[in-house]
Amino acid sequence: MKTSHSLIDKRGISSRVVAHIYLTCLLVLLYAPILLIIIFSFTKSKVFGNWTGFTFALYENLFAGYDFSAQVRVDPNLYRALIYTGLIAFISAIIATMLGTLAAIGIYNMRQRDRRITMFVNSIPMINPDILTGISLFLLFVFLGISRGLGTVIAAHVVFCTPYVVLSVMPRLTKMNPNIYEAALDLGATPFQALRKVLMPELWPGMISGFILSLTLSIDDFGVTFFTKGSDGLETLSTFIYADARKGGLTPELRPLFSIIFLTILVLLIIMNIRTKKQTKKLIKQ
Amino acid sequence: MKVYQNRRTWAWPYLLFMACLVVLPLILIGIYAFTDMQGHFTVQNFLLFFSKSEAVNTFIYSIAIALLTTIICLVIGYPAAYIMAMKSFRTPAVIAMLFILPMWINFLLRTIATVELFHIFNLPLGEGALLFGMAYDFLPFMIYPIYNTLQKMDVSLFEAAQDLGANRIRVFTKVILPLSAPGIYSGIIMVFMPTVSTFAISELLTHNKITLFGSLIQRSFGEGGTTMWNYGAALSLIMLLIIAGTSFFGQGDADVDNQKGGLL
Repeated sequence: MKTSHSLIDKRGISSRVVAHIYLTCLLVLLYAPILLIIIFSFTKSKVFGNWTGFTFALYENLFAGYDFSAQVRVDPNLYRALIYTGLIAFISAIIATMLGTLAAIGIYNMRQRDRRITMFVNSIPMINPDILTGISLFLLFVFLGISRGLGTVIAAHVVFCTPYVVLSVMPRLTKMNPNIYEAALDLGATPFQALRKVLMPELWPGMISGFILSLTLSIDDFGVTFFTKGSDGLETLSTFIYADARKGGLTPELRPLFSIIFLTILVLLIIMNIRTKKQTKKLIKQ
Repeated sequence: MKVYQNRRTWAWPYLLFMACLVVLPLILIGIYAFTDMQGHFTVQNFLLFFSKSEAVNTFIYSIAIALLTTIICLVIGYPAAYIMAMKSFRTPAVIAMLFILPMWINFLLRTIATVELFHIFNLPLGEGALLFGMAYDFLPFMIYPIYNTLQKMDVSLFEAAQDLGANRIRVFTKVILPLSAPGIYSGIIMVFMPTVSTFAISELLTHNKITLFGSLIQRSFGEGGTTMWNYGAALSLIMLLIIAGTSFFGQGDADVDNQKGGLL
């Protein structure tokens, strides 16, 4: 018997049915807008919400980069936004992971008081809403006379990603035997070798989850990017969608694009779920 | 011992980074808020805000909307978290995943899709759409922390309460509810803080009919050039104080962060 889900539940079947209906309704409501995006990715209409018959036309347009029925190119800014979103997410996640891991090791070895102060500052970007992080960085770049562009966006993304890396690496450090690093040094390893061969393997899982978290946060960000991207036409998917929506019409090819993204993530999560289930079954057998 | 001291230095790059890109920018908000365009000290920016009834009304309205959204999320989210934590419920992990999955779709696009949903059912875009859309966007932030605390509870406490003669309602109000308070706190903070500061969602959901405080701030830094920056900084400082106050109310910041970290 599992004891982790441990609320009392001695009620009859009827209340269980009610409970299931409640959750189902909530999930249906939650997924309705997403279903709408997927459904309307299979129709050609420029206007979202207008059904003009089933077709794969938008998918073809998306992959060809060319709108066959209107005989024009699909907005090239969409592809640039897609590439920039990936690029910014990847670079800032890598920087955040390196910076955050080193910081976590340093913070772990600090005196109690220093550690408390550092962890407080570390929590500021996590608590601060993106509009405030964005505006404060905007003022900094203006104040220092730094022209805004790719570099400032990446720096800004590192600001709000690194705290999460620090927090995901920290638990690994507390679980680790603190003496093995010293042992490596005593046995003649240089600090860099000790870091690479002893610390890194121990911290790896924390670093990976911090990296993935950073990727997601960066891809999903709108507010901070909005204030730090400048006006040279640099767009990520978020700011592209915002600009598009304010102009009135949404680029129709966004519908198939996000349907594909959503289904990919769904499949990945299902695979991950099945794998962890198999692993737990194996463990139970052992 | 010496080695330990050495490794402290590994945090220095990050400390320097944070000093320049976290602490200094926040100080700059304060400096801009209390100066005019020439850089002289003034409180004019705040006076301007308090003298405009429109701006003050927007401020109060935004807080009310954020509170209302938080309450809606709590009322809808608590039963959901409770059901997921029940013993007989066999697939809590799957359902928890299902609640988080929509967050992988860009939230602006989801918001636009919500607007379409309102169009299809012929509902007007206004306050109702705003509340629905915001509750929709932030509901997972409420469910997750509550589910986490409920799930960790010790079943023997409920049995003890029952053995001592408490009926089901009393077990809930006297034992389960107080014990899930940390989760409720985290949930409230995690929903209230983003909703009180939001700016893009409200514009999309109401087609610019309703202006929230976040949009007011954003506009002061918008196309109007540099003239409104100091005013915008003053508004940002007011927002910052609200956020600081809210997170203070939540006591255990680390707890909130852990929840946030575990969510994604």
